[in-house]
Amino acid sequence: MQAIIAAKHLTKRYGDLIAVDDISFDILPGECYGILGPNGAGKTTTIRMLYGFSPMTAGELTVFGLDLREHLRAIKSRIGVCQQENNLDPDLNLLQNLEVFGLFFDLTRRQAREKAQALLEFMALDHRKEAKALELSGGMTRRMVLARALINDPELLILDEPTTGLDPQSRHQVWERLEDLKKKGLTVLLTTHYMDEASRLCDRLLIMDHGRILVQGKPADLIRQYVGHDVIEVAEPDPALRAYVKSRLLQHEDFGHRMIIYEGNGGNLYHEISKHYCKEGCVLRMATLEDVFLKLTGRELRE
Amino acid sequence: MKRFFAMISWMGLFRVWQRNLIVYLQNWKIRFLSPILEPLFYLLAFGLGLSTLVGHIRQGGIEVTYTAFIAPALIAINIMNNAFFENTYGSFVRMYYQKTFDAMMATPLTVNEIIAGEIVWGATKSVIATTIMMAIISAFGLIDYPAGLLLIPLSFLGGMAFGAVGMYFTAITRHIDLFNLPFFLFITPMFLFSGTFFPVENLPEWARIMAMILPLTHLVSAARSLCLSHFDGMMFWQLGYLTLFSLVFFPLALYKMRHRLIK
Repeated sequence: MQAIIAAKHLTKRYGDLIAVDDISFDILPGECYGILGPNGAGKTTTIRMLYGFSPMTAGELTVFGLDLREHLRAIKSRIGVCQQENNLDPDLNLLQNLEVFGLFFDLTRRQAREKAQALLEFMALDHRKEAKALELSGGMTRRMVLARALINDPELLILDEPTTGLDPQSRHQVWERLEDLKKKGLTVLLTTHYMDEASRLCDRLLIMDHGRILVQGKPADLIRQYVGHDVIEVAEPDPALRAYVKSRLLQHEDFGHRMIIYEGNGGNLYHEISKHYCKEGCVLRMATLEDVFLKLTGRELRE
Repeated sequence: MKRFFAMISWMGLFRVWQRNLIVYLQNWKIRFLSPILEPLFYLLAFGLGLSTLVGHIRQGGIEVTYTAFIAPALIAINIMNNAFFENTYGSFVRMYYQKTFDAMMATPLTVNEIIAGEIVWGATKSVIATTIMMAIISAFGLIDYPAGLLLIPLSFLGGMAFGAVGMYFTAITRHIDLFNLPFFLFITPMFLFSGTFFPVENLPEWARIMAMILPLTHLVSAARSLCLSHFDGMMFWQLGYLTLFSLVFFPLALYKMRHRLIK
């Protein structure tokens, strides 16, 4: 099966700063692929190269089997991009926003209007079609940006942090729309730093930091491989627990007031620990993508 | 040059232009007000107030009233202002605050098409304003037809020259307040010293040479020739200078904008 996106040794330098450092990945048709990473990891730079916003410094990039450098216009006419900023056109109302965007993709005015109408209904925004972009709530704005990215019936949808800053209701609404689109076979590439979003939507993903890929694979495989099935969280671990963890050579992370122990292959470790070392309480929970993410990218703040 | 234009698709340019037209037409009644009122105010103030003091002015061998002298200059100033404002403040707001260009760059449009479309739109605003002003000024009998009709293509040429240089300033301006510099150092001196309200010949020698460098001087002279149906060989130089000015700043604006927008 031919990959929708094939990136080989993709690199982007700004002067001395290497924003993206030799990364390679493939995205297959119908797949939802995630690029995860802390702020400044190079996620946005990576996807900006994919739609020609930033020219790559080195590497090879083919989209739909076409070389990006040679066929940028043809490629751009087949993808939909939902940028991180809410850059709807404030001079136009919602219907016009979509229509004008349709014209940029060379639709006729009639086609653009019909498509715009349908998308407003799909995003549950048709009751606000006369509203100006700045009158919308955060969730509506995001849905509108998503609608705009679909005006050309793209074969590939690129989303840069689609739900950042939204309330839980709005996030779920965006996710449901994305799942509808996925069901129709649309290939989706998204960046996010929400692990629940990635677990829910992505078939495969990569985690990057400092411009390099740390791991890539299916979310469930990554969890199993890097943290195991379950995780034990202990509040206020005491020296006895630390000694026990050390003696048993358990994989763990110690944050002073809290300790996370990766349980590995089940067994009665939790039973053991909760019985002897749990004064302040401890929990057994399923390992999540967030555990993988934090384990790989560390816990220091990125600003 | 051929390669340069190959990078612009006419359709793409047209789509950007069309976006601006759609926005413009939403409030056309208000937007039409300034090219209607401005010449009226100026002509009343100068025609009633000042012309009795000034009397007649000799222009290219013929005597004209002061009002007839300034009427073409008002059109030329409006051509300059419309394109220059549109491609400085207007384009800067779309680029920097509204991120309209960023959104466009995620479509098949290229930066060249976006910027070229913006400049042609600036020139279009000059054409619209000129056409409206001509109707008003004609009511005072100050435009000689049919030569006066050539003001319309002239306004497009002038609009391209001032739009392109405006866009060049937009590409190199970091903050919107810094547009005060080109406005005070470029636009205001032109408004006053380009043969607009008094003949360039009244200036001292050095200032006259300076005035000849300014594009508005040539636009005013050309507009005056058309309004008065008075032609001489100078017209070729005037149009040639405006064309050259556009041909320098149009590619320069595109080049600088590519540098600014493509990261």
